[in-house]
Amino acid sequence: MTGLVSVRGLTIDHRVDGGFRTAVQGVDLDIAEGEAHGLVGESGSGKSTIALALTRYLPKGARVHAGQLRVAGRDVLTLDAASLRRYRRDDVGVVYQEPSRALNPTASVGAQVAEAHRLRGLPRPAAREATHDSLAEVGLPDPERLAARYPHELSGGQQQRVMIAMALAARPRLLILDEPTTGLDSQVQAEVLALIGRLQQRLGFASLLISHDLPLVAAHSDRVGVLEHGRLLETTSSARLVAEPAHEYTRRLVSAIPAFDGAVREPVDAAAPPLLVGTGLRKHYQGHVALDGVDLRIGRGETLGIVGESGSGKTTLGRVMAGLTAYDGEIVLDAPVVPPPVQIVFQSPDASLNPRRTVRQTLRRAIELLHGDGTPEELVARTGLPVDALDKLPHQLSGGQKQRVAIARAFAGRSPLIVCDEPTSALDVTVQATVIDLLIDLQRRTGVSYLFISHDLAVVRRISHRVAVMQHGRLVETAPASDIFGAARHPYTQSLVAAARHGRRDLPADAVAN
Amino acid sequence: MAADVLVAERVDLVAPVDAAPPRAGGAWAALVRRPTFTVSAIVIVWWVFVAIAWRWFGLDPFGDTGAKLAPPSPEHWFGTDRIGRDVFARVLAGAESALLIGPLGTLIATVLGTALGLVAGYRRGWVDQLFMRTFDVFLALPTLIFLLVIVGAFGSSPLVLAAAIGVLFAPGIARIIRAEVLVEMGKDYVTSAQVQGERTRLILARELLPNVWPQVAVQAALSIGGAVFVASSLSFLGLAAAPPSPDWGLAVNENRAYLQGAWWTLVFPTLAIASLVVSVNLVADNLKEVLRG
Repeated sequence: MTGLVSVRGLTIDHRVDGGFRTAVQGVDLDIAEGEAHGLVGESGSGKSTIALALTRYLPKGARVHAGQLRVAGRDVLTLDAASLRRYRRDDVGVVYQEPSRALNPTASVGAQVAEAHRLRGLPRPAAREATHDSLAEVGLPDPERLAARYPHELSGGQQQRVMIAMALAARPRLLILDEPTTGLDSQVQAEVLALIGRLQQRLGFASLLISHDLPLVAAHSDRVGVLEHGRLLETTSSARLVAEPAHEYTRRLVSAIPAFDGAVREPVDAAAPPLLVGTGLRKHYQGHVALDGVDLRIGRGETLGIVGESGSGKTTLGRVMAGLTAYDGEIVLDAPVVPPPVQIVFQSPDASLNPRRTVRQTLRRAIELLHGDGTPEELVARTGLPVDALDKLPHQLSGGQKQRVAIARAFAGRSPLIVCDEPTSALDVTVQATVIDLLIDLQRRTGVSYLFISHDLAVVRRISHRVAVMQHGRLVETAPASDIFGAARHPYTQSLVAAARHGRRDLPADAVAN
Repeated sequence: MAADVLVAERVDLVAPVDAAPPRAGGAWAALVRRPTFTVSAIVIVWWVFVAIAWRWFGLDPFGDTGAKLAPPSPEHWFGTDRIGRDVFARVLAGAESALLIGPLGTLIATVLGTALGLVAGYRRGWVDQLFMRTFDVFLALPTLIFLLVIVGAFGSSPLVLAAAIGVLFAPGIARIIRAEVLVEMGKDYVTSAQVQGERTRLILARELLPNVWPQVAVQAALSIGGAVFVASSLSFLGLAAAPPSPDWGLAVNENRAYLQGAWWTLVFPTLAIASLVVSVNLVADNLKEVLRG
């Protein structure tokens, strides 16, 4: 194996308000021909910046130093405009996180893939042929017809396949995948990554997979580098990374992964009168059915997890429970109507706090409205926030802290039911785990019930007593967590669990096998 | 494109991503660094000062100095007009009426427009439809004809004129505030307030208003220039100020026949209008660029 990528002492500073902030510091990176290399790090660790540096796509104002930055025999930092263009065209392909933003919405996908072929010198008719081959290669059905369609007519998974087809059109020697499956459903995610693995075997390109998701990177890479604050802490084989992480930070990352084994929470007393019973819940939006006859029951102090693909109606169900949308059917909630009995914790902590109000203002108003008897100070203490957070504005807090404020707000009174709509999806792994711990702790102390919506099965497994699986607006299976993850009956549940397991792989067992 | 990719999509663990609206202090510092803003602000402050303080300097905009149509000279810096009044004194005194109707009308337009925009964006549905279609009607009205009718019906007191300008400018502001509110409505903090049972009035005032406030400021600033212009146009047409008022618009009308013979009677009031309107617009543009990022 010869070195395809050879980076020594890469340091990148971004210009911020007159000064410079170091994004990447002294990183060494080697990727051999045909190797699947991974980079893991939480947000702000500099992993995307490294990817941009490899293609020399850094924004204006970024300062790059490197002892060496060679890719495919070219010294990337000294290329002139023409050879830089040739390098990007011939040697590297990049797949970004959000295909819906990377694709041109006003051109058919065929035209976009064909452009990649034309740029490498094919005449129009040949480029058309090659486009169909490219689309077939990434497993898209009926390439001739699909080529005429526009990005918005495709699903997220299909869009990402088109991006891969474009990136591979020129048969690059290095494929950079920057969070390629973040935002896709776990099943689609597994399919897309499996596709990349197959193509890599067949075409022999090297890949650099960048993600915050350690299990995912470990499962799809030969070697993995771990980044923290722009420094590369260690680079090892993916099996060793999980089995015997050398660095303290890596150990934290590994232990923060919600494991797919270990105990699930025991169901709460099924005989006790339930807090909430919903029957025949239906909701449509202009012809599109979001909820199609949902029956559910939530006990006091119980967490009902709701899992399903995006578009399955999970969020609509949460909004119906919180009384935010009109619906057909019946919900009986065994609680007084005032103060409001249902609160919500949202996915994005950035959007769920008013950016112009301090934490204290937000919490004080919540206590008034929910007839709470505590103070903002008590709420902050209960949710593990520092006291000085009270007089800060949301943008001065980290993501995890913001989410804690949102949780504190939901617990300002004694609302018996809290709908958690993907509360951990926007957070880094290590923060996810602490937020889930907080939610479980608060539930033990207050006896609150959760409707916990998430596409992340590992997180749902950790917090739920019972789990309901949603597909096309229906609950296809509702069972205690141990049954869903151990002995699922419905085929859809089985496929969801299998996909989640494949993405994560049961790490300790797998590592031992290697 | 490259810069887009670099923007952190996920929430930062260590250093909070500074994705927040600029703080008041930061915005001010950024504004002061812009020369067009500083110069324009000085011009505006000068006119406001003049509008209030011209009486204290012993200026007489109404008296006959004896010299008719005298060119600019050390005694009469801007010359005198056809009945011997000092143009310099009249230009300074004219600031008062220019800065009365326009800004007052803008204030009315801003308050009215912001309130309507907030309600339309928040309630949506038929309320929104009703408001928006009404705004469309107002925006389609020819400005001057509308004002002519109002003046004909209610007279030309400054209050009536300011109210008319307010009604005329409010729909434009309301439409923009409504669009801002629709963006904010997509964010969960509004939903969260609703789930907590917050009263609509307080959601509008405490949750939404502070977040659309920069746009309100920008729209108000943009409207002042237009309002001053409309007010001057009314005076020019003889609908607002009446002789012997030193109003700039009126002065332009009275003296337009002297453009070739006694240019100073026309040029200085015109420059006064232009300097005020251009300065206000430059301040508004700078505000827009700084506050809207």
